[in-house]
Amino acid sequence: MRRTFKKGGVHPPDMKERTRDVPIAEFPAPALVMIPMAQHFGSPALPVVGAGDKVAKGQLIGKADGRMSANVHSSVSGKVLRLEEKFTPQGRACKTVVIENDNSGIWADEIPCGRDWRAMSPKEIVEAVAAGGVVGMGGAAFPAHVKLEPPHEKPIDTAILNGVECEPYLTIDHRLMVERAAEIITGLRIIAKAVAAKEMVVGIESNKPEALKAMNAAAAGGGIRVEALDVKYPQGGEKQLIAALTGREVPPGKLPFDVGCVVHNVGTAWAIFNAVAKCVPLIERPLTISGDAIERPANLMVPIGTPVGAVIEHCGLDQKVKKILSGGPMMGMAIADPTIPVVKGMSGILALKKVPHDISGPCIRCGRCIEVCPLGGIASEMARAIEAGAIVDYEHLHVFDCMECGSCSFVCPAGRNLVQYVRQAKEEASYRRELHRKQQAKKQI
Amino acid sequence: MIQQFPKTLIVGPGPHISGADSTSSIMWSVVIALVPAFIFSMANFGWYAGAVTITAVVSAVATEWAIQRMRKVSVTITDGSAAVTGLLLAFTLPPGVPLYVAALGSVFSIAVAKHAFGGLGMNIWNPALAGRAFISAAYSSALFMPKWPVLSSIFSGDIRTLDAVTMATPCAILQSDPAAIFQHYRLWDLFIGRIPGSIGETSALALLIGAAFLMVRKIIDWRLPVAYILTVALLVILFPVRAADGTIAGFWQASFWADPVFVLERSLAHALSGGLVMGAFFMATDMVTSPITKKGQAMFGAGCGVLVAVIRVYGGYPEGVCYSILLMNTVVWAIDNMTKPKFFGERAHA
Repeated sequence: MRRTFKKGGVHPPDMKERTRDVPIAEFPAPALVMIPMAQHFGSPALPVVGAGDKVAKGQLIGKADGRMSANVHSSVSGKVLRLEEKFTPQGRACKTVVIENDNSGIWADEIPCGRDWRAMSPKEIVEAVAAGGVVGMGGAAFPAHVKLEPPHEKPIDTAILNGVECEPYLTIDHRLMVERAAEIITGLRIIAKAVAAKEMVVGIESNKPEALKAMNAAAAGGGIRVEALDVKYPQGGEKQLIAALTGREVPPGKLPFDVGCVVHNVGTAWAIFNAVAKCVPLIERPLTISGDAIERPANLMVPIGTPVGAVIEHCGLDQKVKKILSGGPMMGMAIADPTIPVVKGMSGILALKKVPHDISGPCIRCGRCIEVCPLGGIASEMARAIEAGAIVDYEHLHVFDCMECGSCSFVCPAGRNLVQYVRQAKEEASYRRELHRKQQAKKQI
Repeated sequence: MIQQFPKTLIVGPGPHISGADSTSSIMWSVVIALVPAFIFSMANFGWYAGAVTITAVVSAVATEWAIQRMRKVSVTITDGSAAVTGLLLAFTLPPGVPLYVAALGSVFSIAVAKHAFGGLGMNIWNPALAGRAFISAAYSSALFMPKWPVLSSIFSGDIRTLDAVTMATPCAILQSDPAAIFQHYRLWDLFIGRIPGSIGETSALALLIGAAFLMVRKIIDWRLPVAYILTVALLVILFPVRAADGTIAGFWQASFWADPVFVLERSLAHALSGGLVMGAFFMATDMVTSPITKKGQAMFGAGCGVLVAVIRVYGGYPEGVCYSILLMNTVVWAIDNMTKPKFFGERAHA
């Protein structure tokens, strides 16, 4: 009996066969890259270059603004044309550095380097990761160095790598594990050293036997446990993966630190390896380009800042496409602008011809949303509250704990987009919370 | 080169794929699940039972159409929910009921029990059972007969002609003279459904075939009906009764267990009669009017079971399934409040 998380979960069709065995190919850097300053969770980076500046590949162009932020580097060598305000795939508008590629491919000074990470102290590792602008590559784009510096009062015993890739269609983590297993495993050792974790675990769903084989081979004899997990969405969720691998449950509002764990995506581990052992910052990332409207599905290594339209052009687009997504079909965002750039947290580009009918009927109280919620939330109740125009009981409904995995919307027979209601509830609840706080402050005066 | 996107691209919120079931696929599955019982009803009671059923369904769908037009909301008669209500209402009616009574019952079910509360998903009481309760109040002479007809042979014609024999229903006997139940009916007849009763309720076998289909399709959960039927079967054994000579008789007395096989068979007879199987698998499990969690549904089923047992053993009414469910529908909100799922990690938190 393979392990998985206990509560909730769904089984969407996995749709991975189209790109599962396609090796990662290098995508040639485009003539123009547009690199946003806000690719990560936290404050946008501050641009340190201006129009007309010459930049080299890997050169710092945006400096982290505080701890909860991340450095941004140029993915090509060339000239900065302009700084403009542009939307990221997440729909966040921010300063974007537009660079004209001179195709010389000249690296910035001292990149790449050869460093022995074993000789580095945890502090030096964290600094190297922060310098390399590494963020979570599974989608949330949380600055990786923050996760490598747990608070002192919360010791970490287990470093976990997330190789679950539970989103349908996506195969990029899978390919990376097959092709770069040794680098990923070294990344895990670096992570474990930084947080002083004794245990190292890799979680991979059992529908990726090749990845399991490669990772097992790379981890052989090194005190690393590579665990095959039962297939269930959203096992790639941090809390679900921790529960599946260790049986520990992260309480509402708490972080993996609180149960002695730190979780990084396998792609992030690879990026950490690059940043620490090779001084190479995060300037390119692997992507799965798939979906029934893509003519030549592929796994590609794409420079950050490449317009998604250029990547899609490379793979061929069926004009009958209905939706184009950044990310997987469960949690990805629909995009409509081909000039939106590839960012650090983007795991795939999907073009779909078949999308669910956009009809939604009344709730028939079938209870499936509650059954599949991996957190035990009451999305239907929240949806009704939002429809009635009142989210009063937001603390009780755990609005803010929802990770928006979309399982509830996926199963809803009435076609209600419950995740969207939750997003609305989050907005509403934070507004009300702010209002409440102001009233309290007024009373005290 | 940058690929331009077609102008017709949809930019909606995720998830961008969805599961297989829809409200209408669920409703039509229930209709399919009731087909065996429908066929059996005509075998047992003749073509007129089919006419009653079709009248109720047509009336329910027509009422839904009319009300939705009046309310100026989109017409959803193809989603199957009105058809299910009409079908279930007809199945609770006696086979010889006048057609206009069946039609009026459906009008009440859809117009009052469903749409007056806001339509699909908003009603508190099971619309089919509310319609049946309406008919029992307004047309009791059409519903309450001392003797119920059953055709003397399968498919032999019109229930209203003399080709039928009339006899007391199993539930009526279980109430008036429980000791005599097996002088009138064999347990096997109760299971197969060769007994008098309402149109769709008599054959446990036909209903269970449909229920199995719904359980395989994961549309209904076994907990509710099993809790319901087990509670009834258990309580009819446990409840003490006043014997003819005024003494209290009950399970603690040795004389009660003189014939243990009879005690169990009588309990089984209760489970198989009076529409309990239909109520447990098709009425109480109505998603809209039952609790939302599995645990709540089990509590709901047990609550219905208690009420049925009380009504059958102590009440003046032989069946009790209809009112037990309607009464429990009323407290679903309280059950839902009691059975809110525990949040992930809260155990660790406490």
